[in-house]
Amino acid sequence: MTAKLSANDLTLIRGESCLFQGLGFALNSGELLLLEGQNGSGKTSLMRAIAGMLSLESGEILWNDKPVNDQRQEFHGALVWLAHRTGLKGDLTLVENLRFEACLRPQANVDHDAVCKRLGIDRLKSLPLRALSAGQQRRVALARMLLADVPLWLMDEPFTNLDREGRALVMQLTEEHLAKGGMCVMAAHQDVEIKAQVTRVSL
Amino acid sequence: MNTPTPQQPGIFFGLLAIARRDLLLAWKRPGDVLNPLFFFAMVCTLFPLAVGPSVEQLTFSGPGVLWVAALLATLLSLNTLFMSDHEDGSLDQLLVSPQPLPVLALGKTIAHWLISGLPLVLISPLLAMTYHMPSAVMGVLMLTLLLGTICLSLLGSIGAALTVGLHRGTALLSLLILPLAMPVLLLGANTVSLAAGNEVYATGIWALGAYAIASLSLAPYATAAALRISNE
Repeated sequence: MTAKLSANDLTLIRGESCLFQGLGFALNSGELLLLEGQNGSGKTSLMRAIAGMLSLESGEILWNDKPVNDQRQEFHGALVWLAHRTGLKGDLTLVENLRFEACLRPQANVDHDAVCKRLGIDRLKSLPLRALSAGQQRRVALARMLLADVPLWLMDEPFTNLDREGRALVMQLTEEHLAKGGMCVMAAHQDVEIKAQVTRVSL
Repeated sequence: MNTPTPQQPGIFFGLLAIARRDLLLAWKRPGDVLNPLFFFAMVCTLFPLAVGPSVEQLTFSGPGVLWVAALLATLLSLNTLFMSDHEDGSLDQLLVSPQPLPVLALGKTIAHWLISGLPLVLISPLLAMTYHMPSAVMGVLMLTLLLGTICLSLLGSIGAALTVGLHRGTALLSLLILPLAMPVLLLGANTVSLAAGNEVYATGIWALGAYAIASLSLAPYATAAALRISNE
């Protein structure tokens, strides 16, 4: 299945300032869209706009050449979002959190234990998430991405709180996802070394 | 992708999943559940101490006091409905989930009612005894509170969704909800008073039922829209 995410002439105004104007991109299966820019340049806002959570001043975001707003549910069923805040419940355990997520979106047919082991969180299953370090919590959020069977990954600063090994793992996982025909929108201010077709957008 | 048609879980899965998650969270944090219940019990037991033990006065004011206390206890519990989800980012995740947002909002509201509304209904006969309420009237009180707390949880979820991004939005939330909650209070308290005076009270129950059904069918959509607005 091939999918396409594109946007044209996006303008976003927050308060008094115009974050971006006339911005456009096209992203096909197997490609990575890298959002670059300084702090406060609008990377997260653009990502929220793609996810349909911010209304734009002008422009349209298209999923398979149809406006996202006309097919919000289908589009949301095709994406998973790794946000700055993990969106996991601190009082629940890793397993309880992932079980809840599994009831929301289509799930990939993969072995949960293998995924947790690969992310190095297989020993933390029975602990409440609040007892985990920030980096470990981020790994749980990554597990949520890997378990979802969706083509589009939205990753907002995926390397935050991760150690060097974790950062390499994120790049490797992204590469594998793209190789399988997935697509990824990533906001990062670090050097990203991913072997794939990369489109850069500077904000 | 590796599978041609990924299986999307049905909407009742989403509804049950979020209700179950919220109940589990409440189970792990019992303090949040007990707060409104304590408030309700405290107001209802302190009132007779303050006004004196006259049977006539207590039977007269009982329905009103119980109902006002229940209303305020529900308002007190509402501001936490979406707050923790907003703080840890899981509200954002719900907004981008493929499940319809009104269904998820309804799931959260059902959990909220089970946690904070139903306990009020269940302990109300115990507190009604302080007001010398006959047991037949207690049944009416429980029925009106059952329907009334359902209305209040559903209407309150709209206000909670609108004020979720605001710090210290509790006062604003109460102000927003009070006009909508007023008919519930009037119907509930008056129905119980009528029942206590051996008069015809069925109309009030029907009206409360109609109000509950109207809120059940409209509030989830309003809550979903309010969540999208306040998360822009």
